[in-house]
Amino acid sequence: MSVIKIENLWKEYRLGVIGHGTLTHDLQSWWARKRGKEDPNSQLTPVLAGQEKQIDGNRFWALRDINLEVKQGEILGIIGKNGAGKSTLLKILSRVTAPTQGSIKVKGRIASLLEVGTGFHPELTGLENIFMNGAILGMSKQEIKWKLDEIIDFSGVEAFIDTPVKRYSSGMYVRLAFAVAAHLEPEILIVDEVLAVGDADFQKKCIGKMKDVSTQGRTVLVVSHNLITIRALCTHCIEIKNGSVAGNGNPKEIIQQYLHQNIKNENDGSGYIDKNASMYNTGHIKFTRLYISNEKEMLSSVVKYCYDINIHLQLTSDNSYSDLLFHVYIKTTEGLIVSYATNLYSDFDVCLKKGENNLLIKLSNNLQPASYIVSVSISKVDGITMEYVEDIMKFSISEPVIKRAIKWNDPYRGLTVMNSDWIIS
Amino acid sequence: MEQKVDKDPGSWDMVIKPKTGWFDIDLKELWRYRDLIGMFVKRDFVTFYKQTILGPLWYVIQPLMTTVVFTVIFGNFAKIPTDGLPPFLFYLAGNVVWGYFANTLKQTSDTFNVNASIFGKVYFPRLTVPAAVSLVNFAQFFIQLVLFLGFYFYFMAIGTPITPSLWILAVPLLLLQMAILTFGIGILLSSLTTKYKDLRFAMGFVIQLWMYATPIVYPLSQVPDKYRTLYVLNPMVSIVESFRYAFLGSGAIRMDYVLISWLVTIVCLTIGIILFSRVEKTFMDTV
Repeated sequence: MSVIKIENLWKEYRLGVIGHGTLTHDLQSWWARKRGKEDPNSQLTPVLAGQEKQIDGNRFWALRDINLEVKQGEILGIIGKNGAGKSTLLKILSRVTAPTQGSIKVKGRIASLLEVGTGFHPELTGLENIFMNGAILGMSKQEIKWKLDEIIDFSGVEAFIDTPVKRYSSGMYVRLAFAVAAHLEPEILIVDEVLAVGDADFQKKCIGKMKDVSTQGRTVLVVSHNLITIRALCTHCIEIKNGSVAGNGNPKEIIQQYLHQNIKNENDGSGYIDKNASMYNTGHIKFTRLYISNEKEMLSSVVKYCYDINIHLQLTSDNSYSDLLFHVYIKTTEGLIVSYATNLYSDFDVCLKKGENNLLIKLSNNLQPASYIVSVSISKVDGITMEYVEDIMKFSISEPVIKRAIKWNDPYRGLTVMNSDWIIS
Repeated sequence: MEQKVDKDPGSWDMVIKPKTGWFDIDLKELWRYRDLIGMFVKRDFVTFYKQTILGPLWYVIQPLMTTVVFTVIFGNFAKIPTDGLPPFLFYLAGNVVWGYFANTLKQTSDTFNVNASIFGKVYFPRLTVPAAVSLVNFAQFFIQLVLFLGFYFYFMAIGTPITPSLWILAVPLLLLQMAILTFGIGILLSSLTTKYKDLRFAMGFVIQLWMYATPIVYPLSQVPDKYRTLYVLNPMVSIVESFRYAFLGSGAIRMDYVLISWLVTIVCLTIGIILFSRVEKTFMDTV
């Protein structure tokens, strides 16, 4: 059963110009026009790439034709880059602002926690603020009284409950605010970036609470940049890109798809690296090509399970160098560094000659079947990075043939596998 | 609950859609949030006292001091007539009523600007804020009314010839009108200030000037007849003058002035609600 149904939702913002209130602005615009200069109030250049097509004359379409259904009991994760429209969507859902076109139909009460501590008054005590905040979020006095003990207990600030919140630390503040919102028991809870604050212990509590909420048949919408949380928590995920829904499905797939777009320097397989791909560069050494070859010495981006990974790196140098340190990072597509290779721990000194150099990096491989991304950097012993290219290439580890007839579908657990001997005595 | 939903799958509790209609205020919802109004009232009361020495005494100091100053300057120096009433009582009556109007108006007209940070995060009926402000100020007014009555009975006891008129029975109605009028103008101005912030700066002296267009420091009887018709369009004229006439039994109030005043009050409230409901949904995009 759907609890939220979004149909053809559009949201428009005006860019500068019309009727911007104060007289001084109007005069400013008039004066600028008179001198033939740009109106300082009419410009709002899109700072983020890809937003150009959202602009239509003076209008900026923050949301363009969103259609979405959320089912009861779902934990929906909403991901997307800054400025994609996530917060605008939540603002409309929580009725802070109205849409320009389209509609959202909702079953049950929505409570949002767009930012923490909404309506907290610094002079009031923690206890008074629980009532204040609860009332703002739509609870009746009676409801709050019933849940008061639970709220105080959950927040973990019972010792300071009679202290004005202006004396609270930011962590205590957030915990109290979240405690109130979490006990609101709305049919739909909207959470935005709250988990970024608070210590690990408290975050765990929050995630547990959200899971609880959804098992009780209620629905949660979470916006976060923390993809690991989204993946761990959500049953469903959407990606918003430039004001539209770019992906809708299970969290694992949507996150992979989202991250895949973010592999900045992924090349066409031939391995040539773009000139501007460096993250840091001192101008002395430049990577020009990186590719992986398989056991038959063929160019390939698929490596067999537990076979060596042969990385071929071509680079140009403006001089001869010795005593350089190489760093190879292997990341998952979610951005977690799984493994790392370097000559730092060994005495092996890589010497570069002036001009072109070819380097073969042989990595013994115990990665589990999945996709991975390679980043490489060179630094000097004093710590100066001479060249660093992030996310150069994606490769995958193929699945081995398992001879046993297993009846489950996830035989590859963890990220790496250990060499093992099995001895019975 | 579950069953009801199953029977009629097309039923939604709420539909969020673009602004439609002129009169889009959900009074039922406002009632559901009455606890919030109570919390706002309590908050404003509590935070008013905090870190002050005189505390609630401030509620009576302001009208008292103003009245003393008025009595000395307008009564003793300028010798403006007061319809034969003791100047102190005359000015106190005017100040108590005007104090409510001026304070409430100033605060409600700033509703959106002061609360922009909360309004930007959660939804609750925006009218709760001006409603709470009105209530807080009304409570304050009540304290001042008690002060007025104290002096009133004192003057009576020492034998000053003041007799209440029958209009005293209509005082509750009068106070209701005062509250409605102030609320109406307040939300009207609050809607305009989201777009024209200039109004915020103008508010202070506009209220000051308005006071001189209202019989606070002089009685209605001093206004020349040829200006009367225009003068009584100011809805506060009837309210102040009726209030005095009710308690002090002297004044130039007439029934038609009262009706004009009520008419203006209803017009202000209607325009106020229309503008407020237009602004409240999207003001976050303009403020």
